[in-house]
Amino acid sequence: MIDAILTYEFLQNAFGAGLIIGVIAPLLGVFIVVRRLSLIADALSHVTLAGIAGSLYLSQSVAAFATLNPLFLGIAASVGGSVLIERLRSLYKHYEELAIPIILSAGIGFGAIFISLAQGFSNDLFGYLFGSVSAVSREDLWIVVAIAIVVMAFIVLFFKELFVLSFDDEYARASGLPAKWVHFMFMIVTALVIAGSMRIVGILLVSSLMTIPVAAAMRVSKSFKQTILLSIVFGEASVIVGLIAAFHFNLAPGGTIVVTSILLLLLVLLYKKIAVSVKRGAIA
Amino acid sequence: MDAPLIEIKDISFDYEETKALDNISMKVEKGDFLAILGPNGSGKSTLLKIMLGLIKPTKGSIKLFGMDSKNFKNREWIGYVSQKSNSFNSGFPATVEEVVAGGLAKKAGLFHRLPKTVDEDVNEALTAVGMEKFLKRSISELSGGQQQRVFIARALVSKPKMLILDEPTVGIDHQNVQAFYDMLASLNREKDITLVMVTHDVDTVTDRISHVACLNQTIHFHGFKEQFQTLSDEERASWYGHSVRKIHHAGGGH
Repeated sequence: MIDAILTYEFLQNAFGAGLIIGVIAPLLGVFIVVRRLSLIADALSHVTLAGIAGSLYLSQSVAAFATLNPLFLGIAASVGGSVLIERLRSLYKHYEELAIPIILSAGIGFGAIFISLAQGFSNDLFGYLFGSVSAVSREDLWIVVAIAIVVMAFIVLFFKELFVLSFDDEYARASGLPAKWVHFMFMIVTALVIAGSMRIVGILLVSSLMTIPVAAAMRVSKSFKQTILLSIVFGEASVIVGLIAAFHFNLAPGGTIVVTSILLLLLVLLYKKIAVSVKRGAIA
Repeated sequence: MDAPLIEIKDISFDYEETKALDNISMKVEKGDFLAILGPNGSGKSTLLKIMLGLIKPTKGSIKLFGMDSKNFKNREWIGYVSQKSNSFNSGFPATVEEVVAGGLAKKAGLFHRLPKTVDEDVNEALTAVGMEKFLKRSISELSGGQQQRVFIARALVSKPKMLILDEPTVGIDHQNVQAFYDMLASLNREKDITLVMVTHDVDTVTDRISHVACLNQTIHFHGFKEQFQTLSDEERASWYGHSVRKIHHAGGGH
């Protein structure tokens, strides 16, 4: 496997991007899960689909878009979607969750129209929906690197504010923290990670890489920092095993990565159950 | 003479068509332990939120530590303890130590790490509320009363001059409510922290406080607790909206 990675550029791109996404998706995912925003990640991934499909359609009909990486319009749609979700959440203060189905269905609706208009990119589309080992270009890799730098800088600079905001948003606002701005930036960064992760995991499965490793970590960790660390470990393990399996068995990496993360979650749940039984036995 | 810590002047607040607060004026002086009493829907929590700058009044002005609240930057001087059930994410995977250290976020400032003294500060705050042994425990494993003590430690860790508490005993069993108020009273006496608290526990709290404000859309009474204790049942019922009786305990409290 190492020989193949050293030989083929497409594998270097896929593993490079995968390893980075294995860190940033669960890292941001911890804050998404504890803030109960998991469904927003799903809505944004579907908006990204609309951007990607729009870009693929425009590349066929407008010369200027022919060479444009579809990821750029995907990122633009995702960031735009995050801004719209916030706008809708403030508009429907008592029904904030309404923003999610509205944006999610808008994303699928526009995506379906662009896919119908553009013919002949079913292979590309399959890769965007479920991820692809072979389709990650060097440009895609650099985009993922740039997104990772933005995400890491954001988390490092605003870690304590994000922690307080996630734990108790009313307290964060009452203590004078810029909660509104930190939340807004958090949504933008989330949109960037979703768009960046899509090449490897696929639009339909991207939110699972942000949530399943976190779900496993939360069962066994004893602190917030440990939750972050374990989420990244589980995320990386899922990406590495999933990409190797996808390459060897010619499968969509989104599927293999997510199934690996589910297996890890089941192992953690089993471990936790045994640990609790042993502890109870020891007490009795 | 020091400026009042809170000075509210002619404040009104409307929730869409409904008037929640009507022309409220009051002062909280340094060292006060003020209990704000009133029936459900009387505007108590709204008044606290205005004090904290969480919502803006429809009319009127508020000064904090002698400064217009819009220009008041030293938010770390004010510690806030909310109703636990309202805002706390109960399954949150964090230790008591992490939660209390979060209280230093504002004091440390944007783009700055928490101070090097964070461990000592957290220990000191937890000791003040009798929770120092729970440092490494998960916050979600604690009882309601223990969690509320941790939230007071989080408010205390930035060494505030004033604590604002919104029904802090919600979710605490009756047995522990007395001990909880004793702890607040000792913070007021020994650490000279001014306390403003919304509560329904009129009988339990009266022994510990210095002042009472009775609110039902407007201020019906604001003064020393001794004056409040002389009010007749009829006077209390007139602003409370239904019959309120003084209950005499064996210990002499009301």
